Amino acid sequence: MKIHEYQAKSILTEFGVPVPRGEVAETPAHARAIAERLGGPVVVKAQVHAGGRGKAGGIKLAQDAAGAEEAARQILGMTLKTPQTPPEGIRVLKVLVEEASPVAAELYLATTLDRARSTHVVMASQAGGMEIEEVAARHPERIVREWADPALGLQPFQARALGFGLGLSGDAFKAGVTLILDLFRLYLAKDCSLAEINPLVLTRDGRVLALDAKLNFDDNALFRHPEVVALRDPNEEDPLDVEASKHGLNYIKLDGNVGCMVNGAGLAMATMDIIKLAGGEPANFLDVGGGASPEQIENAFRILSSDPSVRAVFINVFGGILRCDRLAGGVIAAVRKLGLRLPVVVRMEGTNVELGKKMLAESGLNFTSADDMGEGAARVVELARGAA
Amino acid sequence: MSILVDRSTRVVVQGITGREGTFHALRCKEYGTRVVGGVTPGKGGTTHEGFPVWNTIAAAVRAEGANCALIFVPPSAAADAIMEAAAAGVGVIVCITEGIPVAEMVRVKAFLGRTASRLVGPNCPGLISPGKAKAGIMPGHIHKEGPVGVVSRSGTLTYEVVHQLTQRGLGQSSCVGIGGDPVNGTSFVDVLGLFQADPQTEAIMLIGEIGGTAEEEAAEFVRARVTKPVVGFICGQTAPPGRRMGHAGAIISGGKGTAAEKMRAMEAAGITTVRSPADMGVTVARVLARKG
Repeated sequence: MKIHEYQAKSILTEFGVPVPRGEVAETPAHARAIAERLGGPVVVKAQVHAGGRGKAGGIKLAQDAAGAEEAARQILGMTLKTPQTPPEGIRVLKVLVEEASPVAAELYLATTLDRARSTHVVMASQAGGMEIEEVAARHPERIVREWADPALGLQPFQARALGFGLGLSGDAFKAGVTLILDLFRLYLAKDCSLAEINPLVLTRDGRVLALDAKLNFDDNALFRHPEVVALRDPNEEDPLDVEASKHGLNYIKLDGNVGCMVNGAGLAMATMDIIKLAGGEPANFLDVGGGASPEQIENAFRILSSDPSVRAVFINVFGGILRCDRLAGGVIAAVRKLGLRLPVVVRMEGTNVELGKKMLAESGLNFTSADDMGEGAARVVELARGAA
Repeated sequence: MSILVDRSTRVVVQGITGREGTFHALRCKEYGTRVVGGVTPGKGGTTHEGFPVWNTIAAAVRAEGANCALIFVPPSAAADAIMEAAAAGVGVIVCITEGIPVAEMVRVKAFLGRTASRLVGPNCPGLISPGKAKAGIMPGHIHKEGPVGVVSRSGTLTYEVVHQLTQRGLGQSSCVGIGGDPVNGTSFVDVLGLFQADPQTEAIMLIGEIGGTAEEEAAEFVRARVTKPVVGFICGQTAPPGRRMGHAGAIISGGKGTAAEKMRAMEAAGITTVRSPADMGVTVARVLARKG
């Protein structure tokens, strides 16, 4: 799960990590009032769940309160398109108005999971402000890493090594080491999957500040963080994704026209792959879960069919213990109830396969049965073309 | 032979009184597995569906010599259940539970490193040695005893390949689902080592997916240490970057972990790769025939 920069900064503050003074605004007038309170030059920043905001015109510097109001007027309501947003962009509904900081150096600091080592890694670099992947590709020597002990966490000597790696000295070094340990404490306490400060800045008056902040959270741990769940912004999420997750379905919309409904994540990915190999384009990833119950099938159909680009549907269910007659019954009931006209290709494995196929054939609805996933994919791609 | 479980395996089910635990304990028993009983704290001393129930794993080990734990407890308690089984000296721990917070798995993995126990999973279908024993949730009847070792990060996609193999008359030595989480117990490399040493296994089918570097590590291990033919498939060739595809670990991040990258690494290591998931079974049949 992702949250906004202003929300991340409020959590950082809770853990003692210094951030610039600022507040969030939803109207230009409110932005002006905040800028007046802060006094002096401010930065007005679009609040969307995507990086690359500066280049896209989502971050503006203003010299005074009137300038802040004007900047907010330009940014609020704009549709921001960056390499990290969906192609259609995200509409900006909030801006963060912050005091401008006198930057002496831009640094990078982040903590995340290192899958290969099965523990948490803290990364620091003097090449702040850039994408860390870019730094890693071009200047791997400019990234310093420390791996936390899985049981004991990050130790002060490791934080010092990172602080020296950032080129800090004197009071800024001491503040930096404290900040690194605080960030790691936050990362663990809130079950983050990523806690990134980019840039972390050294100001001309010797302070260390989180100028930007990104916190992502482990979805598996949200059950013990209701305070994080409360920060969810539905404006940032695809309404179909939200609807799917309510029903315990895993749905991801893609660009093609062949809808897929599959049980299990691996088989769902493999089904997308085989549609592509058959010359088609999958419209979505959809995992209905191992059991593929009638209720789930109906929910899945409702979500699939609300995507107007879907021309044909491929149901690929490997039930094993699942009874195919029950599955077929669920599919037929859902199609009838929703009044679907789309051609549906069904490939199912499990007990009572023949009975299931017979039920589909005798339903009078637009079903095609396939014996294996290769045949099913070829059929559904053909049908999607014919219907297009 | 086979790997990890066989006729002598004595399974204890953690969370046996829950719906999933009950259902699958019975299915494993039906398959012929020696399910000695289950553990549900607070229900020790009772009987459930004919299975004795203990309060602790240690009690199950003392009473019945349980040497394999099969875990169905909810995600919030699963990490603790794994550690309890390891502390009681259970050799093979299979965790089916999906949704364990990754920070807990980091601690569990470090804890396991100080014990002799092996964890399979979490977020996996478990394992089966066809004709001998099953400690998992896979449908037993699609399997057949034979020469192919199967290892996979996925559940139903593993059933798919097993089905393709069995339909061709090709049985399996053991099938191991290592799970779809970013931090898990047993890796591809561990299972490949076991299959290489197992006399029953003549060929290996490896099913990977996008995200992480486990497939690249597996490829390197195959190049250096595996003399048996290996067939590989990676699902998620069409997955968009930055999106988690159902499994917690299936995500292309920072341009890393793509299917194309993993296929290249496997091909470079001499693994026969398959592009279409419909061709997995037929390709294993071909490499086995070539081997003679």
